[in-house]
Amino acid sequence: MDVPVEAFLFLLLLVTAVQVARLRDLYAASMMTAIFSLLSAGLFVLMDAVDVAFTEAAVGAGVATVLSLGALSLTGSREAKKRGQIFPFVVVTLTGAALIYGTLDMPHYGDANAVIHRHLAPDFIRGSAELEIPNVVTTVLASYRGYDTFGESFVVFTAVLGVILMLGTGKGAKP
Amino acid sequence: MRMRENTILRVAAKSLLPFFFLFAFYVQFHGDFGPGGGFQAGVIFAAGVVLYGLIYGVDAAKAVIPKPWVEVGVALGVLIWIATGVATMLEGGRYLEYGKLDVAHPVHGQHLGILFVEFGVLMAVASGMTLIFYLFAERGR
Repeated sequence: MDVPVEAFLFLLLLVTAVQVARLRDLYAASMMTAIFSLLSAGLFVLMDAVDVAFTEAAVGAGVATVLSLGALSLTGSREAKKRGQIFPFVVVTLTGAALIYGTLDMPHYGDANAVIHRHLAPDFIRGSAELEIPNVVTTVLASYRGYDTFGESFVVFTAVLGVILMLGTGKGAKP
Repeated sequence: MRMRENTILRVAAKSLLPFFFLFAFYVQFHGDFGPGGGFQAGVIFAAGVVLYGLIYGVDAAKAVIPKPWVEVGVALGVLIWIATGVATMLEGGRYLEYGKLDVAHPVHGQHLGILFVEFGVLMAVASGMTLIFYLFAERGR
């Protein structure tokens, strides 16, 4: 039975998240977010979402961690001490409660009778078989959802443009 | 960027790097059959460059993958997407209707189209992540 493994991973996720919030040393907090990503990737593998796990491990635990460490080397690695942290705590608690309330309407995990498994998924699986591409995720991303993925490429492009504009490049930029 | 003396890290990174890049291309070209695709391959490729840059210094990484390449690569990746869409329109189809790339064999056309756009994603993501890393690392000096 897989449930205990997932429960264990969720418990580790919870511990990591609390540590990220508690830690004052931002370097350590960055490493904890990397661990958080790696644990999430493990969960995604257990849920058979290997493509997502791949991305989470490479982006969340890899590149994003390096980038946040790079940002910290520019700014400083100690979190400033602040008083009166009640308001953020209330906001986070309310948001979390709203999210949990939102999941109550979602189909149960692994429910074969969920709407998406009865209408969209069979169509995608049939289409993918017609195209002779075994990985349905690739068919959906590149062909069925071609416009979406095109838009995502543009998002990456725009993000890079934003970083170039902020951090500067070329001869005129100050080091 | 101050790890130049650390022999263990240098040796370990150097022996791992070929597999990083090989794995990136495996993920790219095996994306039709197994998990993965352009985005994942691009990130793994960029992670290889970032690892090299972390251990050997950003200048060494820039000697392998020059900054102008990645600057052009981001735009080129998106352009490949646009060009694929325009090509299908010139063949009389709708935008990104890959089947029209090979009128006699629409299935083959779909394979071609997916290959092109996945390559576009690979270029945009790999170049983009590498460029962001370069910019952060340059700024830190």
